[in-house]
Amino acid sequence: MFRNNYDNDSVTYSPTGRLFQVEYALEAIKQGSAAVGLVSKSHVVLAALKRNAEELGSYQKKIIKIDDHMGIALAGLAPDARVLSNFLRKQAMSSKMIFNRPLSTSKAVLSIADKAQENTQSYGSRPYGVGLLIAGYDETGAHLYEFQPSGSVLEYYGAAIGARSQAARTYLERNLDTILETDSVEDLIVHGLNALRDTLSQDVELTFKNTSVSVVGKESGFTIYDDEEVQQWLDKLDSVSNARNRDDDDNDNNEDSNTNTNEETTTTTTTNTNDNENPASEETTTATETAPEDDTNTTTDPSGDRMETDD
Amino acid sequence: MNHDPFHWGRPNQETYGTYNYNIAQASNQQHESQLDDFPKMHTQQPIITGTSVVSLKFKDGIIIAADNLGSYGSLLRFNNLERLIKVGDETVVGISGDISDLQQLERILAQLEIEEEIYDSDGGHKLRAPHVHEYLSKILYNRRSKMDPLWNAVIVGGFNEDGTPFLKYVDLLGVTYGSSTLATGFGSHLAVPLLRQLIPNDIDYTKVEEEDARKVLENCMRVLFYRDARAADKYSLVTIKSQTSESGSKQITFNHEKELKVENQSWKFAKDISGYGSKQL
Repeated sequence: MFRNNYDNDSVTYSPTGRLFQVEYALEAIKQGSAAVGLVSKSHVVLAALKRNAEELGSYQKKIIKIDDHMGIALAGLAPDARVLSNFLRKQAMSSKMIFNRPLSTSKAVLSIADKAQENTQSYGSRPYGVGLLIAGYDETGAHLYEFQPSGSVLEYYGAAIGARSQAARTYLERNLDTILETDSVEDLIVHGLNALRDTLSQDVELTFKNTSVSVVGKESGFTIYDDEEVQQWLDKLDSVSNARNRDDDDNDNNEDSNTNTNEETTTTTTTNTNDNENPASEETTTATETAPEDDTNTTTDPSGDRMETDD
Repeated sequence: MNHDPFHWGRPNQETYGTYNYNIAQASNQQHESQLDDFPKMHTQQPIITGTSVVSLKFKDGIIIAADNLGSYGSLLRFNNLERLIKVGDETVVGISGDISDLQQLERILAQLEIEEEIYDSDGGHKLRAPHVHEYLSKILYNRRSKMDPLWNAVIVGGFNEDGTPFLKYVDLLGVTYGSSTLATGFGSHLAVPLLRQLIPNDIDYTKVEEEDARKVLENCMRVLFYRDARAADKYSLVTIKSQTSESGSKQITFNHEKELKVENQSWKFAKDISGYGSKQL
């Protein structure tokens, strides 16, 4: 694999002004399963896809409660997320203890950003290998932030991180107006799960075992729905499998008609996904070829991880 | 003469040689060998002191007053101290007791404001009176638990998150309580009964107009000047009120008046006072 001289530590710039260790850390996020977050005026929803290392093993926890009004979803190295969530919990407790006020979402997120930035600037340390979506409801309303190991923090209406998250982002972009306007928590969760569904690889469905959902809002404290409790939300979806893969089923049955699939939008979504994540293959693949090409990628990797292009 | 208080009353070095600091285990000389021997000093009494802080709620806010005097024992040593401190946009902290500890609290609160600004980049997360009060109570209780108290009694005034007036006390022991009428030190004996004539029950502040509150407070400062030998007739007064503007939005005004004088003094009663000093019954 291609190596270069400027990625031995996180404090050395490459001549082109890049910090490779930081960029590798950002890649680690893409190896993790997807997490989606979205905001309405009064609520924030997080939805995440859980993975189990093996069939008989448990699923890795993806959503962590920080305080009654705040929680995070993670993608990437879970142990790193635990360190950060423990730190956030301490911050939240000391804010309650010392000032008798809940920790504000912006302060929480900036405090871990400071920690992460320090790692990009000190010799002998590595950047955190995890991306977080931080959901909180405070004095100034509902907030969703994305945290990155580079120490950058941005607020979003809708955000997605992790494997194949571009598909979820595309869904959120297309439905932004309805999401922002909705007064119903239920609709917000359904939109979150729809977005999450688009990140699924072939032959995987959203089940109560692999799906986590959380809500925080004005009246409701941070609530996580896991296992059996998440079924009530899955029941509200029209389908629990990726629309792209549903197309594939059509293709298998009726190969010559794959170009006149009635779901045009879905086809475009797929194209977008690959355009952004797979620029190298752009010229060689056409819209109709994209889906099968993507399948080979996922099937060659037994863990379901998406293979990155070898550049 | 060595002006260091630790050298006062000690034998002259030229005549008697170097003083043996191990006697009495007391020294502020940081000899390397003595770093660990030096006794830890804790505050055992206040030195320069400020007297009462007096405050009350009225229907739109709070009003608080403290004089500008710093006493060195019974000597009226300083007459230009400001004991009402503004914290954030809408909170006042009135401090009585040791002045050096007051200045320490002033620095701590300034630091708090700076830290608040750093993390509140998008605004909207206001540092309010209840937060400042909780913070101060934690600091004061922590210090008393180290047996090294900050020798103060503090009143914090401002607004709750829901916009109602906030007034709460905390002292060097970490004791806290809230009321519509509050005073520290001598004021808790002399001023609170006068304030309670205006606000008999805690909730009654909602019926009190600003002018009436101010009138009673001015009267309290007068009575304190008459009866408290550590009080001065020059004082500062802070009014914080929330007003609803024509557009319907709430506006908070913070008014800090300085160098006010105790007006309408009458010392006619003085001739009847007896039993003090040289004048015998």
